[in-house]
Amino acid sequence: MSDHHDLVVPEATEEPIANPGLPEHLPRPTDVDPVAEKRAERQVATLFGLSALFAILTCVAYFAVGKYDAFLGLGASNVALGSGLGLALLSIGAGLIQWSRKLMSDHEIVEMRHPASSSEEERSEAVAAFEQGLEDSGIARRPLIRNSLLGAMGALGLPAIVFLRDLGPLPGDKLQHTVWKKGMRVVQDVDGARIRPSDMQIGQLVNAEPEVFFETNSEGEPVIEGTELLQEKAKAAVILVRMHPDDIKPWKGRENWGVDGILCFSKICTHVGCPISLWEQQTHHLLCPCHQSTFDLADNGKVIFGPAGRHLPQLPLAVDDQGYLVATSDFTEPVGPSYWERG
Amino acid sequence: MSTSITTNGTKSATVAKGNKAGDAATWADERLGLAKANKLMSLRKVFPDHWSFMLGEIALWSFVILLLTGVFLTLWFKPSMGEVSYQGSYDQLRGIQMSEAYASTLHISFDVRAGLLMRQMHHWAAMLFIAAMLVHMMRTFLTGAFRKPRELNWVIGGLLLLLGILEGFAGYSLPDDLLSGTGLRIADGLVKATPVLGSYMSFFMFGGEFPGDVIIPRLYIAHVLLIPGLLLALIGAHMLLLVYHKHTQWPGPGRTENNVVGEPLMPIYMAKAGGFFFMVFGVVALMGGLMTINPVWRFGPYNPAEVTAGSQPDWYMGIAEGLLRIMPGWETHIFGITMSWNIFLPGQIGPIALFAIVLAYPFLEQWITGDKSEHHLLQRPRNAPTRTAFLAAMITLYGLLWAAGGNDILATQFHVSLNAITYFMRGAIFVVPVIAFILAKRWCISLQRHDNDKLLHGYETGIIMRSPEGGYSERHLPIADARAYKLTARERDEVYQGVNGTDANGVDAPNARVDGLRARLSRAWFATNVQKPTVAELEEGHHHAEAELEYEHAAGLDHQADGHQYDGRHDVAGDDLTHKH
Repeated sequence: MSDHHDLVVPEATEEPIANPGLPEHLPRPTDVDPVAEKRAERQVATLFGLSALFAILTCVAYFAVGKYDAFLGLGASNVALGSGLGLALLSIGAGLIQWSRKLMSDHEIVEMRHPASSSEEERSEAVAAFEQGLEDSGIARRPLIRNSLLGAMGALGLPAIVFLRDLGPLPGDKLQHTVWKKGMRVVQDVDGARIRPSDMQIGQLVNAEPEVFFETNSEGEPVIEGTELLQEKAKAAVILVRMHPDDIKPWKGRENWGVDGILCFSKICTHVGCPISLWEQQTHHLLCPCHQSTFDLADNGKVIFGPAGRHLPQLPLAVDDQGYLVATSDFTEPVGPSYWERG
Repeated sequence: MSTSITTNGTKSATVAKGNKAGDAATWADERLGLAKANKLMSLRKVFPDHWSFMLGEIALWSFVILLLTGVFLTLWFKPSMGEVSYQGSYDQLRGIQMSEAYASTLHISFDVRAGLLMRQMHHWAAMLFIAAMLVHMMRTFLTGAFRKPRELNWVIGGLLLLLGILEGFAGYSLPDDLLSGTGLRIADGLVKATPVLGSYMSFFMFGGEFPGDVIIPRLYIAHVLLIPGLLLALIGAHMLLLVYHKHTQWPGPGRTENNVVGEPLMPIYMAKAGGFFFMVFGVVALMGGLMTINPVWRFGPYNPAEVTAGSQPDWYMGIAEGLLRIMPGWETHIFGITMSWNIFLPGQIGPIALFAIVLAYPFLEQWITGDKSEHHLLQRPRNAPTRTAFLAAMITLYGLLWAAGGNDILATQFHVSLNAITYFMRGAIFVVPVIAFILAKRWCISLQRHDNDKLLHGYETGIIMRSPEGGYSERHLPIADARAYKLTARERDEVYQGVNGTDANGVDAPNARVDGLRARLSRAWFATNVQKPTVAELEEGHHHAEAELEYEHAAGLDHQADGHQYDGRHDVAGDDLTHKH
């Protein structure tokens, strides 16, 4: 060991104080006092006994405590089972540790270390074996075989990647469109109730959705349901807000996107897509609860704070011949988080 | 040398005939060669003892608990996004459309006895698993236990932490409640911000548009098979290397770089570590029974149009959340493409860079210090001031980002402006870690000075002496030899000087620039450290102390004092207090 160059042993001469060696072993009370020893033995056995008792009590509680009973606001069964199991486990653990600390021999043992590396002899043996193997294979002399094998292994990677193609469809233009279209009514998101401008007070916010989410076909089946409904909801959810018309400063071309101060914005944050609905009525600010991006709805949904990089897309509104709020088109830009080809 | 050193015994043992256990052992050995395994890893393998060596054990046992409770949960959990109408026993949600994953989570929570207990134990154990890994990693870092030959085990540990976090996130997403769906929504946003491939990656991940109907089954198989398999393999490698390298130990009397002093695996550590497994398991069971975690029934099923204010991920995602929250909203829109720096930098580059630093750290430090030797004795954090200060800076950064991840909670709890907190954090993450670094480094150095004072001048007795001139001084007495040895059992730091910048012809040596950088870094690393006293300095210190003593005697203090003669406990005449062992 000492002949190995990697293991640098500090020279004794440079040490200001020599290593005094292991201290003397001092006996514990349980080593010398039979009474203490007996007491420790009883303690350990008691802990093991307690553990068995708690295990049995836990089983009793499984059947005895009602599934739906409450205890201190928690499920009574859960509390009983957790406490019983916990105490059974802790008692075993405490018993084992007490046994090892008080009764098992506590004499320290010295074991020598060896350097992590192999000896020179082992190394040269391994290298010789490797080289013999290499030589026997002739791989160094036959580059054609080596290179064609490497090529073949590389080519096998292709099917491994190509086979994953059907993990999902290509995005196509799905991220650029939602179910909103000209004449689609804007309805309450809870019950699908249609909304007239007069239903909304100044300062009010309504969570809304396109009416198609609540429509049924001739057999009474929903037009959109299941996964598709969630996918469309994740893009088409909107909020309606009513502000004082004088407060609104629409961009050019958006002057007629509102109805009597009622504007409609995408509810999906342009940062990473959380639904936004923390509304500050007096400032017209809308705050995302996930990462606190803040948008000014009186100013076209512009970002005024936080990590979002884009304004909230706005849905142009009008009133149909029955007096209900409707969209005049789809969103004019993609909603939700940005992506490379979004532009 | 004392007589207490014990070895594993020299008497040869034989398996007694006619003994049932002995017969079984012989039967197995004839087929498996079991006794040979004892050579590879002796049943009497020695492990050194210190409380801090227990932290990794907490992580290991938490993982075992996760396997046990996880298997229980798989018996009822349905990893399906198929829609059902809930008809279970939780009134508030009855009749509501939800995924089978969420419905079966409710079933486990309310209708399977011990189901909620196992769910909560599983979640608490997951929190504990990652926390214990992190603290274990800090212990390894602070004491220099990652140094040669253990660098690769450090890397394995880093990968375990990364996989643990991914595993946690996958598990968090499975119940398909409002909170976990929101987490997936954010993951979708992060993926979409990838340059060029973002939208494609999102569609491949979710099997179409978010949320699709395949993400839960896909995450499920990753959560119960793929990642646990990798974790298990890496934990196995971690333990094998631990056995091969033998555990590090603290320096002390009788302990050297060439030995390991401690107690044997059988029976001491079997009982201690085994007992500790039951302790950790017991604590997790109590937590699962008494402390509610992730009450999914309160959040309702996932709906992409809804979110709860104050949404928070599990604690270990906090720093990623913080990075995402305080990043300014920088996006580049040019030539019809969008580059979302505001998401790509904090969401992808930040965490990758952080992990790259963690994994590369042992190699970086080794390069700067030029240290190529094996180390089995641990360092006290104060004796590696720059490293300790670096960790202090990293912990500070972690804490700040963690706080930033809850900026809304801080704002509502402490009535501070949310915007002010965010602006503050944007600057603080650059400034405060630097302050923490400087403070920690100076603190370490003054602790090193204190150690040297104790070695050279002894400890402060609290006895005030008055000289004939009326001046006061405190009496110092030498510390015990074992303690003094412990304080000096460390290496002297050597600043790397660098090779000469130019050769004989005045031509720049190859890599002169890199070498110069390395020399400068090494100076910054070591130059201000306090080195332990030399033999000469120590002797001078002792001479000085003896001279003081003689001076006291000459001044009429003809008996030595430890203070106790003043409180009447004993008379110290004749005591020799100067060299008490």
